[in-house]
Amino acid sequence: MIRYCKTHEYIRVEGEKGYIGISDYAQKQLGNVVYVDMPDLGDELEKGEDFGAIESVKAASDLIAPVSGEVVEVNEALSENPRLINADAMANWIIAVNISDPADLDDLMDQAAYDEFCAAGH
Amino acid sequence: MNRKVYGKLIFELSREGRRGYAVPRSGLTADDVENKPTLPEGMRRSAPLNLPEVDEPTAVRHYNNMSTNNFGVDTGFYPLGSCTMKYNPKINEEMAAHSCFAGLHPSTPAFAAQGALELYWTLQKSLCEIGGMEEFTLNPFAGAQGELTGLMVIRAYHASRGEGEKRRKVIVPDSAHGTNPASAAVCGLEVVEVKSREDGTVDVADLEPLLDDSVAAIMLTNPNTLGIFEKDIPRIASLVHQAGALMYYDGANLNPLLGVARPGDMGFDVMHVNLHKTFSTPHGGGGPGSGPVGVRKGLEKFLPNPRVVRRTETPEGFPVKDTDRYAIEYSPISLGSVSATLGNFAVQARALAYILTLGSDGLMDAGKLATLNATYIKESLKDCYLLPIEGLSKHEFVFDGLRDKSTGVTTLNIAKRLLDHGYHAPTIYFPLLFHESLMIEPTETESRETLDEFIAAMRDIAREAAEDPETVKTAPHLTPVTRPDDTTAALNPILTFDNL
Amino acid sequence: MHRYFPHTPADIKEMLDRCGVSSLDDLYGDVDSSLRLKQPYNLPQGMDETAVRRYFDHLAKKNVTIDVCFAGGGFYDHGCPAAVKSIASRSEFLTAYTPYQPEISQGTLQYIFEYQTMMSRLTGMDISNASMYDGATATAEAVLMAVASQRKRNLVLVSATLSPDVRRVVDTYANYHGVELATIPAEDGETSRAELARMLDERGKEVAGVVVPSPNYYGIIENHEGLADLCHSHKALLIVNCVASTLAVLKTPGELGADIACGDAQSLGIPLSFGGPYLGFLCATKALMRKMPGRIVGATTDSEGRRCFVLTLQAREQHIRREKATSNICSNQGLMTLWVSAYMSLVGAGGLREINEASSLMARYLLEKMTSDGRARLRYPSKPFLNEFLLETDYSVDSLIAAAIRKGGILPGIKVDDHTILMAATEMQTRHDADHLFEIAKTCV
Repeated sequence: MIRYCKTHEYIRVEGEKGYIGISDYAQKQLGNVVYVDMPDLGDELEKGEDFGAIESVKAASDLIAPVSGEVVEVNEALSENPRLINADAMANWIIAVNISDPADLDDLMDQAAYDEFCAAGH
Repeated sequence: MNRKVYGKLIFELSREGRRGYAVPRSGLTADDVENKPTLPEGMRRSAPLNLPEVDEPTAVRHYNNMSTNNFGVDTGFYPLGSCTMKYNPKINEEMAAHSCFAGLHPSTPAFAAQGALELYWTLQKSLCEIGGMEEFTLNPFAGAQGELTGLMVIRAYHASRGEGEKRRKVIVPDSAHGTNPASAAVCGLEVVEVKSREDGTVDVADLEPLLDDSVAAIMLTNPNTLGIFEKDIPRIASLVHQAGALMYYDGANLNPLLGVARPGDMGFDVMHVNLHKTFSTPHGGGGPGSGPVGVRKGLEKFLPNPRVVRRTETPEGFPVKDTDRYAIEYSPISLGSVSATLGNFAVQARALAYILTLGSDGLMDAGKLATLNATYIKESLKDCYLLPIEGLSKHEFVFDGLRDKSTGVTTLNIAKRLLDHGYHAPTIYFPLLFHESLMIEPTETESRETLDEFIAAMRDIAREAAEDPETVKTAPHLTPVTRPDDTTAALNPILTFDNL
Repeated sequence: MHRYFPHTPADIKEMLDRCGVSSLDDLYGDVDSSLRLKQPYNLPQGMDETAVRRYFDHLAKKNVTIDVCFAGGGFYDHGCPAAVKSIASRSEFLTAYTPYQPEISQGTLQYIFEYQTMMSRLTGMDISNASMYDGATATAEAVLMAVASQRKRNLVLVSATLSPDVRRVVDTYANYHGVELATIPAEDGETSRAELARMLDERGKEVAGVVVPSPNYYGIIENHEGLADLCHSHKALLIVNCVASTLAVLKTPGELGADIACGDAQSLGIPLSFGGPYLGFLCATKALMRKMPGRIVGATTDSEGRRCFVLTLQAREQHIRREKATSNICSNQGLMTLWVSAYMSLVGAGGLREINEASSLMARYLLEKMTSDGRARLRYPSKPFLNEFLLETDYSVDSLIAAAIRKGGILPGIKVDDHTILMAATEMQTRHDADHLFEIAKTCV
């Protein structure tokens, strides 16, 4: 199951774990990604708060947590090659969290709603 | 300017054993002291210091060759919007280097530095007259630090009224420069954006509901970033003051108001000016600047320490001696200090030389001529460049790219092609109100011939965009280097020669 | 028209025609008359150059001429090669803006790259930014940077031996930004290691950074051996405030294991100019690169493969991050970066070593002279110093300063209290200057 935020993060839910990244639409808007600022393993995220940032040459965007939870994986490959996000944003998630409350997912958009949201130019 | 880049680095000219300076001989030897100066082993540098080893002629030629890769106001026309790239008079440089000031230590007691303090005080007072303010501090080192200092004054004011915790919001137009919100954030204030109307002026209807007792101040430039005078300013000031908040004037666009109007008379309580813009001090490739802050009566006690004051009588009521006329003071209710010293004194000296040189008469003309020059360019080009806002504008204006969008030639392309014509580019992609912003500010020191040539070059580029867009899109072609690869620079940063 | 304004009356007339208005005032038709200036500024009429010179000369005469400067406190009377002044007055450098158009700004970008290289070598740190306003603001920014780079830590410990002038600025920035500061007490003129350890034990989880000076305000070279490990064991960053020129001989922040090095580079040949412009340096480990405030220049290639330089890592900065940026700084000290790079190129490592040796020898001579009649003594006699020391006097410091300036044209130092003065020496003073000051001191009570 994949859900999206209005700030263009996605979360792919696999059991209790959620893999968080930025959408393909967002990576296109941002252009060439040059750096991803990621949290440390074990950090506790609050839904709606920023947990890092993603930078291109002339833009930067905060990463907003779609759910609360503990960071259990960090995609180290992005430190070496942040442009993996441009190559495939959906495959190259940024972090994985243990979702502390599945109800956090309720107000997120599904694929159809998100596609519509992007088409409306948000 | 060069057509070919001089690209050597000083490290590549270094040869072991060369030197470019003879250290003065004091005549002292180790035998002249009883205890020889020694440092414990653990406190000494162990790694050898690897600095270039070059002789004086090699070093001088290196830097001079390097300078020819650069473009300055002395090289040619620099219509960079919001940066006020006016001519930097040479007498200012001579005065800034005056031997009686250049060697003065910042801790020199006031009685021995009366001349320097008088200079400082005279500039403070001159800025008060020009800004319509009660007092000025010259301590802030730059416009950005001036903003920060001004916001600190505002916080200190609210705190003195017991509203320090409550009033933590700063209203900033969505068209403002990024420095405004950044300054507010560094000052511990929360930024609230107010919408601009199509012409970039504040939407009073949007502002009104934002004004409550949580607001500390509103930050505005006037004229705004589109060069348009904020006509509603008296109404805005009255609403803001009714809400108990203060009006902050960002002096980035003060130049067109020289000789016309004063921020203090428009209802602003706190302002900063950029001596490197309005008062002709050179930008120096990014600094040093100076960002003095002025305040209306009642706020002067919050200005940063140290302060320079003029005394006429002693606390006991006797006339002061000439050696005590100007004094340095530290006020306990000041906002604190934003600098260790009295700021960039040599920059202040340049600004005072400029004000004296122009005098009241020259200053009265400066703003209007700046506006004339900008309007002349605008009117001469609006048939081929898209002018989104018609009507009166001041020292600068914004085109939204070419009128003819079918060529695919962007503002960036136009800016780069202008470099080939021997001009610095205008400010591009700011303000964010338009997609293809091209912001032009000529200043008052450009001749009609210069403006006509620039207009011809801009028309040339517009024609070329239609006839041979590829040439424009791949510009620049005639500069020392062509377009740099920004992405690689940010992806794999090489920040020193050792990593090259 | 004024000589800086090229227009003739005919030009103005024709230009107004093109603009479709009949007078300059018409260009301000949108400015309500209630807001307009009612009369010319109350300022003198414009002056010719000779009058301006006379005015500045007149002011200059109101200063007491001081030829010898034994004052330091972070700013020193070092000499400077004539060539540096000549290089920095090239108007292609002087009259350029921030290098936003790299194709026509390689001169500026290249000297900043050279500066960053020399500064990182001098401090022993991985990277340097393109400079800050001055040493005090650089230190304040280092404090904010430490807090910004550490999630959920908001306390910074600052040594009591840091210059009070720097501390005031750090206090102000921290106060308004909402960063908590705590002072590490001094013990015998040095940062107390025992107190620091205790503070870290008590509040280590809150501490984002620890600020210590070297040399400290009293001129003492503090022993910071093992300090980095202590800080890092509590995950706090070590920030070392230093005097740039002394790093040619002193253990560098890099060698001490510091995370951030900051301070003033005025000592690299920048004129004292009654307080500025100077230059603040800010250097850090590579790990902190993305948290650095200010401009940074990087090397890259142009579309024809030639080496060139650009402003880089701009996504950190205020024009992109707006209120999320670490700092609001949007400039550097441009020309002063050129000044100190040209200074370091000409003087070289050997010259800087000689300057430190000469300064330290002169300081030693001055100290021995001033203490030779038993009426003054070194405040911290067991501590090592380089070119600056704290002297306790039996006589009044005010009387020494007044007499030395009036009778000798000598600024003897910085008053710390009625009987304590901070004195510094450089390569610019002679034995005669020290002897002369001592003769004046003998007359003080």
